[in-house]
Amino acid sequence: MIEMKGVQKTYSNGVTALHGIDISIDQGEFVYVVGPSGAGKSTFIKMMYREVKPSGGSVFINGHDIGKIKNRQVPHLRRNIGVVFQDFKLLSKYTIYENVAFALEVIEESPKKIRRRVMDVLDMVKLKNKARFKPDELSGGEQQRVSIARAIVNNPKLMIADEPTGNLDPETSWEIMKIFEEINARGTTIIMATHSKDIVNTMKKRVIAIEHGRVVRDEQRGDYGYEA
Amino acid sequence: MSSEVTTVMKLRTVRRHLREGSKNILRNGWMTVASVGSVTTTLILVGVFLALMLNLNKMADNIEQDVQIKILIDLGADQAAIDRLETQINTIQEVSYIQFSSKDDELRELMESMGDDGAAWDLVQQDNPLNHAFVVKTEDPLDTFDVAKTIEGFQNVEHVEYAEDVIQKLFKFNEYSRYIGLGLVIALVLTAAFLISNTIKITIMARSKEIGIMKLVGATNGFIRWPFFVEGLLMGILGSLIPIAVVLFGYHYLYYNLQGRITLSFIELLPFNPFAWQLALLLLVIGAFIGIWGSVMSVRKFLKV
Repeated sequence: MIEMKGVQKTYSNGVTALHGIDISIDQGEFVYVVGPSGAGKSTFIKMMYREVKPSGGSVFINGHDIGKIKNRQVPHLRRNIGVVFQDFKLLSKYTIYENVAFALEVIEESPKKIRRRVMDVLDMVKLKNKARFKPDELSGGEQQRVSIARAIVNNPKLMIADEPTGNLDPETSWEIMKIFEEINARGTTIIMATHSKDIVNTMKKRVIAIEHGRVVRDEQRGDYGYEA
Repeated sequence: MSSEVTTVMKLRTVRRHLREGSKNILRNGWMTVASVGSVTTTLILVGVFLALMLNLNKMADNIEQDVQIKILIDLGADQAAIDRLETQINTIQEVSYIQFSSKDDELRELMESMGDDGAAWDLVQQDNPLNHAFVVKTEDPLDTFDVAKTIEGFQNVEHVEYAEDVIQKLFKFNEYSRYIGLGLVIALVLTAAFLISNTIKITIMARSKEIGIMKLVGATNGFIRWPFFVEGLLMGILGSLIPIAVVLFGYHYLYYNLQGRITLSFIELLPFNPFAWQLALLLLVIGAFIGIWGSVMSVRKFLKV
C-alpha cells in the first residue's frame, strides 16, 4: 500500500531530515514510528499526505507516486487519508457535528448521507450527545475523539496519526488506542508516530525506528526501545 | 485513489457554500462587526459626498445653461435686414438656440422684471424706445465669448450683451470644482477599499489556521474560497444598509424642506426620485463589490499550498 524508495528530504534551510528511506507497508498493518525528537519522524509522516514533498526518491500510495501529483490534486489524495494530530486541529468555531461533516462536504456527499454517516461515527467515538458542542467545551480526550471521527468518516484505507496521545493523560490515551485498534480491525492501515513507551510495549505492533533521518530498526511486534 | 478533478460544482455544494458563508457572519461575531463597521463608515462618507457633488454639478450646469447672448438690433433695420441677420447668426455652428424678441416683448419683460414699479412704463407703451432683439444660446456655454465677438461684427447689430467677466470666472470655477470633486471621490473610494481590505485581512489572518485545517481534510482552494466570497458579499451588503438609510432619509428631508424655501432659480436639487434611489443602488453595489474584493483578495494569500 505504501512504498518508499530512496526517499530523502532536504529543507530549504539546508537541513537534511531524511537520508534514503526504503520502506514498505501493507494494507491493514498497524505501524508505530518511534525515535528521538528531531530524528525525522514528522517529516516521514508528512510525506505520506503530501504536506512535505520528497527532494529525492519516490513515495507510492496505492501505486501512485504522490511526489509527482499536481498541487491541485493534493486535496483529492487527502480525502483518502485520515489524519489525526497531537493538537487535534479542529475548527474552533464549528460545532463537533460540523467539524466531522466538513470531511464529507468536501467530497460533495448528499446532506442526507452526511447526517447519517456523521452520527454513526460520533456514536462510535461515543460523542453523539455532544454533536452541538464547540471543541473548546470538550476535554482533550473528547476533542481527539472528534478528530478521529473526522479522519474515518469517509472510510479511508489509510489513517495517519502524529503523536495522537501526546497531549493526553495515560487513561485517556488508552481510550484513544482502543478506538485505533477497532479501526485497524476493520482493515484500515494505521501509521502512528509516538513517544509513548507504554503504548508501544503493551499493544505490540510493527515498529519502525528513525534516527538521524535513517530507519535504524524495523521489526514486527517490536519494543519502543528507548528510555521514556 | 481517485485522480480525476471535479470541476463542476454540485447544486448541493452551492447551497452548502451559501449556508456556510452566512453562518460565518455569525461565527466570527465581532470580526464581522468590525468589517461591516468599516464598510458602513466609508460608504456614509461616499454617499454624502456623492450627493453633494452631483447636486453641485447640476447647479453649475443650470447656471451655464442660463448663459445667453442678447443682440440688440439697429433701430433703423427693416424686416429684410432682420431676417438677413438671423440667417447670418444661424450659420455660426456653435449656436444652438435663437429666438426673436420684438421691442414689445422686450418692454413687457422689462416691466415684469420691475414689478409694481413697472407700471411707470405704461406711458411709453405707445412710443416704445427699445430695440428689437435676438436671444442666442450656444451648444457649449464655453463658446459664448467667441460667438458674441463674432456677432458683434455683423451688420445691423447695435450692441451685444452678455456677462463677460462673470462667465469667464464661473466657467473656470466650475471646471476646477469638477476636477477637484472627481479627484476627491476617487481618493475616497480608494481609501475605503484600502481600509476595508485591511480590516477584512486582519479578520481572515485570524482564520489562517482554520484554512490550514480545511486543506488537511481535503478541501480544494475553490471549496474554501466560495464561503468567503459569500461572506464578503453579505458583509458588503450589510455595511451598505445604514449608508443607504442615511442617504434616503437625509435626502428626502433636504429635498422637501429646503426646496420650497430657496427661490434662486439655479439652486434646484436633483429630484428625490430617481436620484436618491440611484445613489442608494450605487452604494449597495460599491458595498457588495468591496466586500467581495476584500474577502477574496485576503483569502488568496492563505491558499498557497
